[in-house]
Amino acid sequence: MVFTRLFGWPFGLLASNLGHMKIAVCIKQVPDSWAEKKMVGGLLDRTNVDAVLNDLDEYAVEEALRIAEAHGGNEEGGANTVTVISMGPERATEAARKALSMGANDAILISDPVLAGADAVVTAEVLANVILKGEFDIVICGTESTDARMSVVPAMMSEKLGCAQLTFASKVSVDPAAKKVSITRVTEAGVDEVHGEFPCVISVVEKINEPRYPSFKGIMAAKKKVIDVRDFASTGAQFTKSWSAVVDSAPRPPRAGGVVVTDDGTAGQKLVDFLSEKKLI
Amino acid sequence: MSTVLILADFASEKATKATVEIATAGAVIGEVTALVLAPVGKGAAYAASINQGPVTKVLVIESDDFVRHGVAACADALAHVIGQISPSAVLVVSHAFGKEVAGRVAMKLKIGIITDAVDVAADCTATQLVFGGSTTVHSKVNEGTAIITVRPNTISANFAAATPAIENTTAPLSDCSKKATITSTEPPVKGGRPELTEANIVVSGGRGTNGDFATVEAFADSLGAAVGASRAATDAGWYPHSHQVGQTGKTVSPQLYVACGISGAIQHRAGMQTSKNIVVVNKDPEAPLFELADFGVVGDLFAVLPPATEGVKALKA
Repeated sequence: MVFTRLFGWPFGLLASNLGHMKIAVCIKQVPDSWAEKKMVGGLLDRTNVDAVLNDLDEYAVEEALRIAEAHGGNEEGGANTVTVISMGPERATEAARKALSMGANDAILISDPVLAGADAVVTAEVLANVILKGEFDIVICGTESTDARMSVVPAMMSEKLGCAQLTFASKVSVDPAAKKVSITRVTEAGVDEVHGEFPCVISVVEKINEPRYPSFKGIMAAKKKVIDVRDFASTGAQFTKSWSAVVDSAPRPPRAGGVVVTDDGTAGQKLVDFLSEKKLI
Repeated sequence: MSTVLILADFASEKATKATVEIATAGAVIGEVTALVLAPVGKGAAYAASINQGPVTKVLVIESDDFVRHGVAACADALAHVIGQISPSAVLVVSHAFGKEVAGRVAMKLKIGIITDAVDVAADCTATQLVFGGSTTVHSKVNEGTAIITVRPNTISANFAAATPAIENTTAPLSDCSKKATITSTEPPVKGGRPELTEANIVVSGGRGTNGDFATVEAFADSLGAAVGASRAATDAGWYPHSHQVGQTGKTVSPQLYVACGISGAIQHRAGMQTSKNIVVVNKDPEAPLFELADFGVVGDLFAVLPPATEGVKALKA
């Protein structure tokens, strides 16, 4: 879309005036959640484990595709575009490729050695700057990454962008003509109906949808899609300084061996005796 | 003595146990001031409910925008108060709302954030358990104020009576904090059981239940426990996703965790490994979760739990 190349226009203005939506999905490549993870020098050892697209981001990719499909599609000639945005080592192109094979149009990866060990504030600053330049209408994220598990980056991006925060959504409704978005927010505090306008940052919980498996056709098509790898300087982000850092880390000692009994009809009572002995009843 | 600011947490218009926990954690660092963000007309009642824990002062801001605009409006107010009183640390409860407020404040003020601390030292070093509790990490904010979210149920709360000085104040809220509007709020559905992340006892069921949670629920109810489920059980539609314990679900650290028919993939261990006592009931003696068990039963949960349920009831009677 040629209009989006005109930097300096108000965020999202041109794209949404045409009734088209520019949707961004923020993803992260993480160590496989089934793998044992270790700390090396205050950082997560990412080199010796399988790296995958964060489980929870698959729901965000799926929701972005569903929103696009419900309002004119994102195939060639479709009304909308779905762009994957990520920050990480060059290897993170693999996670981006997975999202592309699900059906996203293109991807932007911010990869720069100066960003190694970036904390959440830096991550949000970089991603928000890329989003600002890209003039996206809707930004969709998972609720957290399965490695850092902070759940703060979507809120931070919304703060930085000065736009509506529509997070922990179990349902998203979009009205492209009115540029309005409504969500059902589900947290331990209850269920809220929350409304906002374009542009906005959404995060989706895992019960929102069932992410599609990439089709063979999708995988082949993804090989030809563009992953635009950019350095830190290109983003316009102001800083790379992380405020928080790990002082030290250690594996926790294994639990002392417990008692295991085989049920001979009395194990239920033995269990009660154990709980009573430990004053847990 | 330095000041520590805590964002008081409320449920049903009363300060929660988690508020007392973060006050207790804060008192290790300095004198605790609690910030109360309340709807108009409720400030005094909210503040009065902070009657336990080492809190010396309560600051009250009333605005209906806290209800209408949620996280963003509360973050604006907290950031404003931080600017006014320059605390050495800010402690917030580590739930979805608290983490998001902390995140926005960190972004706005460009200060360091640490989430999910299970302990905080006098020099503001936070202890975190990461990778599903398999690794202990100490983290610190290098300069300036640290904003730290503290996981509920991990700090042993000091419930001593408190009579803090109460002061009303105001905070300007930016237009940006009002971009999302909440039109309705339903409190969480209470099934008569305690909330999973706050419960002292959690009884969970997995694949071994074969979809029948009645036995697990009966045992949970005899103990006054919350009910959890493995991902296998929630993915199969046997139990609601909101009860899933694990890497992609809730993290719990109760006094007692009872895993029934759960083999114990890393996915699940990540959510329960920090429980103080772990009981495992599984037919398969090779189930990896037995490695974590303080007490394990190799047996069918449908044979083991009913007599245990009766035994607990008899003890309590």
